Amino acid sequence: MAEVLVLVDHVDGEVKKVALELLTLARRLGEPSAVWVGPGSEGAKGKLAEYGAAKVYVAADEELTAYVVAPKVELLAQLVADKAPAGVLVAATGEGKEIAGRLAVKLDSGVLTDVVDVADGFVGEHSIFGGGVIAHARVKRGTPIVAVRPNSVAPEIAPAAGAEEQVSVTLSDAAKTAKVVEKVVQEKGERPDLTEAAIVVSGGRGVGNAENFKLIEGLADTLGAAVGASRAATDAGWYPHQFQVGQTGKTVSPQLYIAVGISGAIQHRAGMQTSKTIIAINKDSEAPIFELVDFGVVGDLFQVAPQLTEEITKRK
Amino acid sequence: MNIVVCVKQVPDTESPRKLKSEDNTLDRGAADGVINELDEYAIEEALLIKEAHGGEVTVLTMGPDKATDSIRKALAMGADKAVHVVDDALVGSDALGTSYAIQQVLGRTGFDLVILGSESTDARTGVLAAMLAERLGVPQLSLANKVEIDGSSIKIQRITDYGYDKVESTLPAVISVVEKINEPRYPSFKGIMAAKKKPVETLGVADAGIDAAQVGLAGAASEVVDFAEAPPRDKGQIVTDEGDGGVKIADFLASKKFV
Repeated sequence: MAEVLVLVDHVDGEVKKVALELLTLARRLGEPSAVWVGPGSEGAKGKLAEYGAAKVYVAADEELTAYVVAPKVELLAQLVADKAPAGVLVAATGEGKEIAGRLAVKLDSGVLTDVVDVADGFVGEHSIFGGGVIAHARVKRGTPIVAVRPNSVAPEIAPAAGAEEQVSVTLSDAAKTAKVVEKVVQEKGERPDLTEAAIVVSGGRGVGNAENFKLIEGLADTLGAAVGASRAATDAGWYPHQFQVGQTGKTVSPQLYIAVGISGAIQHRAGMQTSKTIIAINKDSEAPIFELVDFGVVGDLFQVAPQLTEEITKRK
Repeated sequence: MNIVVCVKQVPDTESPRKLKSEDNTLDRGAADGVINELDEYAIEEALLIKEAHGGEVTVLTMGPDKATDSIRKALAMGADKAVHVVDDALVGSDALGTSYAIQQVLGRTGFDLVILGSESTDARTGVLAAMLAERLGVPQLSLANKVEIDGSSIKIQRITDYGYDKVESTLPAVISVVEKINEPRYPSFKGIMAAKKKPVETLGVADAGIDAAQVGLAGAASEVVDFAEAPPRDKGQIVTDEGDGGVKIADFLASKKFV
């Protein structure tokens, strides 16, 4: 069975959930080989093996993470040349999509980005136009390169060997031009990552001001959820921009999405429409968000949301 | 400074967007065409850089005749001139083909900076800036929410999942910007009138030195094999709050095992 290369997304050695999702998907397509870039693989190898990595290629050289994406692309290109895999999977994050794009140019291979599922033969499923259309696409030329949206599949345990192989690459000068001089980590507290979270609670225009976002945070924390915001709320400065869910913000696909005081304009729907279960609280019964919901309450969020928070706390 | 801004005309997100059943490509006749919203931030950033450092802003677009609407808007905002690549041979190009075609045109225009929006609101691939940097062999300064230029050196803040990276390089470079970076200006009446006199160069595939075999549907390395309307979601339950709305949601969450 041919190998499928899976680029492991991690932050300082902590494996992101999407990497386990990609390993789960890769098993349908061939034999998963995890590709680890940077330090910290020792503590993570066991987990990658547990989720099906037959091999773990480790490229620990810190030079690979000191520049914007190009070094990772050169490493992957070399692995593709050496191992002749059936395909390459990456996470459809901002950086993951860029790696997929550059790799496609380097290999003159077709690339599919932001797919929500991958079937045998690397046929990718896309949810496009704000979730209104499902399209399937395939790669016609070269080694299929596919970027998969986080939370598209549930990670499944399937223990494999996880045989480590150290790999290295000699970087070209062109790969070393955009130098990362500092990584700045911004406060996010104990909450899960927005794009990875199983539950997301988002606030919109109806929340009214920055102070009231505490209400959204309180509800999110009782559910162990991430906090999101509509563009109206981030544009108004009520919540930081990196938490914006929508067409010009992040795309999320959690198990549960709770929209509080969000009308559901296409801008917002495009970023959350593939959520598995959707709940909305809005005082306007005509709000388009109600077309999407599994359960909706027409009411004042300042009454309903605190009651919901209290009720969940009571039942825990 | 020679600044080139890549602009795409896309179907308006507010109007119904469709694919064509004949070849599974975007039906550009089905919806009003507008300038890709994220590209307006790229135009604004180009104008701000020009205002601070001098130079010239060229708008580069690849698309059908109708894309002139988007070119006019960019010129009305303040760009100096435009290049419009239009040819039937380009219809159905994938990102790989599009980046190749733009690379060829950039070879003609030259550049110190190429600026793009972070993605288009139709295809949403988010790969074009990275592909261009790879093809051109120049630094990739993508997903920027801040850009600073000092002589021939450039610094950006690149947004990441954890915050941002500070990234530095020398020019020439390819930049992509996110919508947080600035507030695009509205074209003034004077700008709109001036735009009518600004030069727009129209190039076909042969004029631009683009190998037709590498673009269009035939040259694409990926293809859409089928598409369908997403199945409608099951009609959800909607209740009006009568003082127990929060309790009802909690009951629903319990029934779905979320609490």
